[in-house]
Amino acid sequence: MDTLTAARAQMEVSLAFHMVFAALGIGMPLLMVLAEGLWLRTGRAHYRALARKWAKATALTFAVGAVSGTALSFELGLLWPRFMALAGPAIGPAFALEGYAFFVEAIFLGLYLYGWERLSPRAHWWAGVAVAASGMASGVLVVAANAWMQGPAGMDPLAAFRSPAWPQMALHSTLSCYVATGFAAAGVYAAGMLRGRRDAYHRSALTLALAVGTVAAVLQPVSGDLSARHVARHQPAKLAAMEAHFRTERGAALVIGGIPDVEAGTVRGALRVPKLLSLLAHGDPDAEVTGLEDIPADERPNVVIAHFAFQVMVGSGLALVALGAWFWLARRRGREPGRWLLRALLAGSPLGFLALQAGWIVTEVGRQPWVVRGVMRTRDGVTPVAEVPATLIGFSLLYLALGTALALLLRRLATGAPEEAADAP
Amino acid sequence: MRPETAVAGVTLAALVAYAVLAGADFGGGVWDALARGPRRQAQREAIARAMGPVWEANHVWLVFVIVLLFTAFPAAFAALSVALFLPFHLVLLGIILRGAAFVFRAHSPRGAALRWGAVFGAASVFTPVLLGMCLGAVSAGTLRVIGGAVRIEGPAPWLAPVSLAMGAFALAVCAYLAAVYLANETAGALREDFRARALAAGTAVVALSVLLLPLLRAQAPHLWEGLLRPRAAPVVAVGVAAALLSGWALLRRRFRLARAATVVQTACLLAGWGIAQHPYLVYPDLTLAGAAAPAATLRFLLWSLPFGMAVLLPSLWYLFRVFKWGPAPGGEG
Repeated sequence: MDTLTAARAQMEVSLAFHMVFAALGIGMPLLMVLAEGLWLRTGRAHYRALARKWAKATALTFAVGAVSGTALSFELGLLWPRFMALAGPAIGPAFALEGYAFFVEAIFLGLYLYGWERLSPRAHWWAGVAVAASGMASGVLVVAANAWMQGPAGMDPLAAFRSPAWPQMALHSTLSCYVATGFAAAGVYAAGMLRGRRDAYHRSALTLALAVGTVAAVLQPVSGDLSARHVARHQPAKLAAMEAHFRTERGAALVIGGIPDVEAGTVRGALRVPKLLSLLAHGDPDAEVTGLEDIPADERPNVVIAHFAFQVMVGSGLALVALGAWFWLARRRGREPGRWLLRALLAGSPLGFLALQAGWIVTEVGRQPWVVRGVMRTRDGVTPVAEVPATLIGFSLLYLALGTALALLLRRLATGAPEEAADAP
Repeated sequence: MRPETAVAGVTLAALVAYAVLAGADFGGGVWDALARGPRRQAQREAIARAMGPVWEANHVWLVFVIVLLFTAFPAAFAALSVALFLPFHLVLLGIILRGAAFVFRAHSPRGAALRWGAVFGAASVFTPVLLGMCLGAVSAGTLRVIGGAVRIEGPAPWLAPVSLAMGAFALAVCAYLAAVYLANETAGALREDFRARALAAGTAVVALSVLLLPLLRAQAPHLWEGLLRPRAAPVVAVGVAAALLSGWALLRRRFRLARAATVVQTACLLAGWGIAQHPYLVYPDLTLAGAAAPAATLRFLLWSLPFGMAVLLPSLWYLFRVFKWGPAPGGEG
């Protein structure tokens, strides 16, 4: 395996692994703060038990997120030293501000996790709010660095914050964290209810998780539309790749599903909706959409991966909107969630994370062959060190082991009885 | 002061904060691995109690150092990432295993908790050694950067004798810091356990310094001369005096004084190393000025610093007041 392939693979493994915990680090604190807030307002003990349970899950996932994030900050240089030598002064400020936010998050998480008995209930709740807010802020800030790579607005220290892609990307990625966390948590309690645990604890947990997940999931297509229009205007190569749009034409059809045949310039087995791509990308059914044929051959991203990942993201996202709608409609009719709804929630619980990963694959694969679009190609940023295949294998095994261990611990936590539900005030 | 010097000073201060705070967390892991005697379990619990609320915040100082390094000195970050590819990966392995194992242990059933505890202890031992070796590599003089390309002269710089000695020294300092802090946060027989450990680690620190000094003189003469220059010498002298004071205070069971002196000792020795390195980031090819980012980026870092610290320092103060300086709830000690 050559160094470039290995370095890209190690970056993908590290980012994909970290992204799960980064998303939970943004989503879980919101859930735990909502549960604790409800406890403070209503005094009902099961809300406190829920907040404590979610705090434990946060403790586990935040630690893994923090150390895997640290690894990434080193890996930027270890794998892409030439890129960092170029980009450090421009994207560093975003990381520096993110550093402060991450610091605040770590400090108040310590206060939250260990402060149940030491802080007043109100101060404790505010510590949780600080965790949720700074977690979100650190995500928003670090996305500025990625937005700069999608289209650098200069090399000065404020360039990352001027990235035209930043607002849409930050919104879309932040919402994706709430979608992923909300529906994943909902799956845990749907499973519990399927096993017959239909107590207040499980019902409230399911409702809270789905409230967060559904609100975010419903907003997500709107933010996705903003992102797509931006990509259409600024990154035509990425749009063409993710839509598998080969020929430049007016009134372009939206290609749903199918397998792109790059040689023939067609998509086999796809559903086509006439004029919809032009409408979605440019707000006009007759607008011209640039096809891959007008992108120089050595500047085209991998169409098969980008298109497939995009279909997975949109499909998962829409499925979650439907799941959320099903739950809330059933609830409005005053019905307890039925077995089929609970089964669907259980089956759908990984879809938020699937959409999140697929979305980042679209973003990153769609940027290729550039590491900084128009400025530096990925192959020119890679390290000269020959040992990358070895570290790739080592880190993949490490993350596989840690991921498995953590999944088992979380399962144990989820199936364990809520503590102190009885004795809390 | 030139902006790159100011940013380098901030980076050094963050490194000192990491050493004084997170160093003790690594040291805690060392004493967890070495827990012995009838109070073995109580020792481990005291360590976990001391680390639990603060270790993640303490760890962020390292992220801060790295971010400052790649933002303000991108050429140095790139060169170090190439030259120290293997030890940096091993450091990451240690950081990941240490952090994950500490939290996993707390949430595991007994058998698995023992295994995670072993991982936690082992990672806490080898990570500070590697970090010390990386610091040594920067000073060893064999890591050359010529025409933007990294060239290693002779054996790997992180395996040079100076680097190995600095790795051992870092481990001893971490163990010393942790034992002194833990003696402050415990009472009775447990406190005596940690006092004895502090005295042992302190002896190791002194022994390793005695070994390190002639080694520096022979193998890294530029650093040796730097340490003797008027800029660094007083700082190092204060560090040595604080080291002696902390040892004396430990012998006399004046634990608070010992803790203060240990902090000053660690901060001064590390700061002395940094000042002695000046104007080099990586001796002899990368100077602060030569590796620095454009002035606008350096100014951004300096201007954002007071705002960031205005948020950070009160938050940190609150964290430590609640868990380290405040009264314990429920009369638990």
